[in-house]
Amino acid sequence: MTSARSKWIFGGTAGLVFAFLYLPLALIALYAFNKTTVNAWPFPGFSTRWFTKLWHDPEPKDAAWLSVQIAFFSTCVALALGTALAFAFARFHFFGREAVNFAVTLPIILPGVITGVALASFFLFTGTELSLRTVVIGHTTFCIVLVFNNVLARLRRLPLSYAEASRDLGATGLQTFRFVTLPSIRTALVAGALLSFALSFDEIAVTFFLAGADTTTLPLWILGAFRNSRSLPEVNAVATCILIISLPMIATAAYLMRDEGAAGRIVEK
Amino acid sequence: MDGYLGAGQRLIGGASRRALPWRASRFLYAHPRGRLALLLGPGVLWLLVFYLVALFLLLLTSLWQQDVFTAELVHRWTLSNYTKIFSGQDGLWLRVFGRTILLAAIVTVMDIALAFPLAWFMARVAPPRWRTLLFLAVVVPLWSSILVRIFAWRTILGSSGVLNSMLQEIGILSHPSSAFLYNEKAIAITWAYVWLPFMVLPIFTALEKIPDSYLEASRDLGAGSWTTFKRVIFPLAVPGVIAGSIFVFSLTMGDFVAPQLVGGGSQVLGGAIKDRFGVAADYPFGAALAMLTLLTLTVFLTITSRAGAKESL
Repeated sequence: MTSARSKWIFGGTAGLVFAFLYLPLALIALYAFNKTTVNAWPFPGFSTRWFTKLWHDPEPKDAAWLSVQIAFFSTCVALALGTALAFAFARFHFFGREAVNFAVTLPIILPGVITGVALASFFLFTGTELSLRTVVIGHTTFCIVLVFNNVLARLRRLPLSYAEASRDLGATGLQTFRFVTLPSIRTALVAGALLSFALSFDEIAVTFFLAGADTTTLPLWILGAFRNSRSLPEVNAVATCILIISLPMIATAAYLMRDEGAAGRIVEK
Repeated sequence: MDGYLGAGQRLIGGASRRALPWRASRFLYAHPRGRLALLLGPGVLWLLVFYLVALFLLLLTSLWQQDVFTAELVHRWTLSNYTKIFSGQDGLWLRVFGRTILLAAIVTVMDIALAFPLAWFMARVAPPRWRTLLFLAVVVPLWSSILVRIFAWRTILGSSGVLNSMLQEIGILSHPSSAFLYNEKAIAITWAYVWLPFMVLPIFTALEKIPDSYLEASRDLGAGSWTTFKRVIFPLAVPGVIAGSIFVFSLTMGDFVAPQLVGGGSQVLGGAIKDRFGVAADYPFGAALAMLTLLTLTVFLTITSRAGAKESL
């Protein structure tokens, strides 16, 4: 199978698919330096003025700050709920296990628009005003599974004897958790948290239905900015900044999950 | 190991205290059911209220009506939202439904075709020490704004875009063509692009697990490359293909951003639902469309999981 010829064929095809994956990204970065407001080819010329404009423009920065807050709160709640669920699955056999597993996974299998309109109907029914809080509730719902998957995978490989030894030495459950279990699942927690944070930060389908009038997250700001052709290169500048900021985060997540075997968990959304 | 010793010393100190945490912990140690309830309760309650009850309310909303004048939701039962899908507006909604399923199927097949050779290269052809790097290279695009990645296709396919300029330079086109953007083909390409990593990763994971000996055995038994692919590699990759297809099909069925940005006027289910809950403000009908999407995905999930189960026998 790995004759020299097939090696070249697969190498070439893989190269083309990678080109397909990266051409749009390259264009985004290139047009962030656009001299004009028209995203036309050939490239109109270089300028860094959109980064200068972005630096002085409060709107995208406020939106980004709001997105950071939402991602932070959603991640915190998802960490607590997802970790607890993972412990229940790793340490207990109980009735309805499959059903709970299905309910945890469902928000990530079904498209965001379903979660969004379901919660929108829910909040309409309960008369809750749409705000930052409703967005956090929506995001948490699909972030739980990310933490759950990561922590459960780690717990399955962790021998129960460590915790038992700690209990035999007289530690309380909290102390065992604090000094024995937590250090061994710490990297899985960080990886799960990074994934939740990143997914929440870029989320649009759920957010669209749950954001109040003054809850303009960064993706909602970007969606609005597309309508105004004068700010297009500025949007590209925003996207380039996001990519540059998230690169170390990807590297961290990948590094933390390297011993998990199926590195695919990094995006098993 | 230092950490363990240090922890041990602290533990001895903790045991002598008869504080509330200690008693709570002892109670939970003696009552595993209580421990389970404490671990399971909050998460299950959250998902029950904010997902399952919410889905149930979506179902109820689809069976309610909207007051024509005040646009307020009236809790009066009706099936008219569903009959409207099947007979309303000269079959417009059935066409929207058919178009969405067709696009989702095409995009899924496109992504399988693109992902398979790439995943094979990553898992079996490239030197193992490249693997992490190649893996990261597939993941990186997911971490930049999805909206901007979708919008980039306007820059590529637009009438003053990259593709048009290049085709004119080569001499294939004499003047810019508007045939590339604002149609269903543009939506399909954009979707295939944004969801591709979700197909590559599960196939890669499946292919990575195939033992070399299987391929050698196949060759020793006289099978050619094609037979080995058909009889050994593909069946073993099916779980990965199914996992990827579930993601791609489902994401495609629900997305409203790509149709809005590169799709021109062509309506799909995701966009229609979004409009009912947004500008058109017709929640009951939007809820009915969402239930239709949910039903379609349930059927799809059932079929694919059956196919997967059969393959693994």
